[in-house]
Amino acid sequence: MSERPDYAAFPDAGGHFGQFGGRFVSETLMAALAELEQTYLALRDDPVFLAEFDRDLANYVGRPSPLYLAERWSRELGGAQIFLKREDLNHTGSHKVNNTVGQALVAKRMGKPRVIAETGAGQHGVATATVAARLGLKCQVYMGAEDVERQKLNVYRMKLLGAEVIPVSAGSATLKDAMNEAMRDWVTNVDDTFYIIGTVAGPHPYPMMVRDFHRVIGREARAQHLEQTGRLPDALLACVGGGSNAIGLFHPFLEDESVALYGVEAGGDGIETGRHAAPLGGGRPGVLHGNRTYLMEDADGQIIPTHSISAGLDYPGVGPEHAWLKDIGRASYVSVTDAETLAAFRELTLVEGIMPALESAHALAYARKLAPTMGKEQSIIVNLSGRGDKDIHTVAAIDGINF
Amino acid sequence: MSRIASCFEALAAQGRKALIPFVTAGDPSPAVTVPLMHAMVEAGVDVIELGVPFSDPMADGPVIQLASQRALAAGASLQGVLDMVAEFRQRNTTTPVVLMGYLNPVEAMGYETFARNAVAAGVDGALLVDLPPEEAEAVAPVFREQGLAQIYLIAPTTTEERMARIAEAGSGYLYYVSLKGVTGSAALNVDEVAVKVETIRKHAKLPIGVGFGIKDAASARAIAKVADGVVVGSALVQRIADYADQPDQIPTQVAGLLAEMRAAMDKSD
Repeated sequence: MSERPDYAAFPDAGGHFGQFGGRFVSETLMAALAELEQTYLALRDDPVFLAEFDRDLANYVGRPSPLYLAERWSRELGGAQIFLKREDLNHTGSHKVNNTVGQALVAKRMGKPRVIAETGAGQHGVATATVAARLGLKCQVYMGAEDVERQKLNVYRMKLLGAEVIPVSAGSATLKDAMNEAMRDWVTNVDDTFYIIGTVAGPHPYPMMVRDFHRVIGREARAQHLEQTGRLPDALLACVGGGSNAIGLFHPFLEDESVALYGVEAGGDGIETGRHAAPLGGGRPGVLHGNRTYLMEDADGQIIPTHSISAGLDYPGVGPEHAWLKDIGRASYVSVTDAETLAAFRELTLVEGIMPALESAHALAYARKLAPTMGKEQSIIVNLSGRGDKDIHTVAAIDGINF
Repeated sequence: MSRIASCFEALAAQGRKALIPFVTAGDPSPAVTVPLMHAMVEAGVDVIELGVPFSDPMADGPVIQLASQRALAAGASLQGVLDMVAEFRQRNTTTPVVLMGYLNPVEAMGYETFARNAVAAGVDGALLVDLPPEEAEAVAPVFREQGLAQIYLIAPTTTEERMARIAEAGSGYLYYVSLKGVTGSAALNVDEVAVKVETIRKHAKLPIGVGFGIKDAASARAIAKVADGVVVGSALVQRIADYADQPDQIPTQVAGLLAEMRAAMDKSD
């Protein structure tokens, strides 16, 4: 990279990050997206809106989330100091709530009485149901039938919060199919419905808007790290499915070129087996769900099934800004396997008393590899994007325990 | 003159409207499609829209989603669809054929290769559902150069300003989606459609087809009074689904439905 891009200038007016992003949707959605874009562009500079958002983040979400130095774990790994950005301590247990609080405020401004969402692991669904309950909005959440089965706890949480969970059995019955179904719902009910997309993918303005709502993660982490150590970290690590927690952490550091950025994709059984969910590592550019990005697809351009131990990363695409950051070389995208993820899950739980979500455990698994290659005077921030309670059934099943 | 333009011109001269069926290519199996196309022509259709199966048909309702799944399970691919059109052209050189589908399979093949192979196979136009004119900068010159019509959708929510832009960018005909929603949605308000079609006409010289919600002879007749073409999809695809295990019945069954629509559209008041 010879010349540093002006990161703040992306996306362009059409929602493009280089060749990625954009607005590839049916004409039936163009007006709704234009309306959303106009509303959001006005709100993002509106001090009243921003103050309301900050107040909700502080008093409802519980921000700032701590930046915690995992001293014992760092010592055991014998290299860089590892700091954990504790998004797991947010209300509802993951970073997802930053975005749903923001989008719900937009929905309220637009006067939409009903919100819909897609969800994979259920974290975004829970975060959406939560803000809908608080604002008295009708809420329906689309969830792949397979995910409904493997994330029963979150399904029940959503029901308790007053949301209706609609299982989607079309296609592969996972996150991508839930997103297809939510889009279909939105097209049909666009007059009274706001679609709260849970990641930095989808048609413009979603990747930009969702990123903006999650930037608080990186803004806080940068200030906290400076305060605790007097310097910037050497590397940032975050798991990448759609990539919302990663972009939230990375974005405020893009211009800090000394800070290396690592997005960790779901390697499943290993990239070489084909059974994975790592489009940046094992896919190619294409168009799905309203944006151009890296996709898992076959030679005919059909989207292929993905595999990951973690429902939240089981998605064949990735946010377009990540695709761009990969191509311009600003961020590196790596992957870890299900087995490595599980080992990191167990290790953090035992060594630090923090049980991470399996999604976040992907980033931890890569930290286990990266930290020992670095000096003790160096530091890493890992985004601990969610807590692991929801995954206890999955881990227990692997251990042969049935509740 | 292109096959699409001559088709609409001839119909206009006769005071008739185009009947445009949509079926998913390769549904339920590849062998069904070409005989079905010929049977539809014999039933009186004017243009054939052939759906290119895609794994994630975001803008389609359950009926066409399932058709895509059946076709893919039976081995459908974009190249396979082009081969079907080439086979259809061995016996029919006049009926326009338009491919309707999603961008990604076309991207995977490459715009240039797709446009060239499609025209060589006898395809007249393509409607890429998830490619609005804003994103078509790279595609449009390639289609234009190869002589492949680029057909665009106009929706009930489309502003007049965008109608003009779409009319400018499009070729062949314009496809007015008469309902908010996905394919196969329910109610149809003919008066609202009539108003919209008149608005579109202020901005467009191209013929205007109307689809979504047309499921029988009566709705086809009503739409024929206000538009240049009547697109019928889910009703036919549902009939195909009903006969998926008796595929030899499919051409007759679908042709029967279309013949009723044709007769209703042509009947004088």
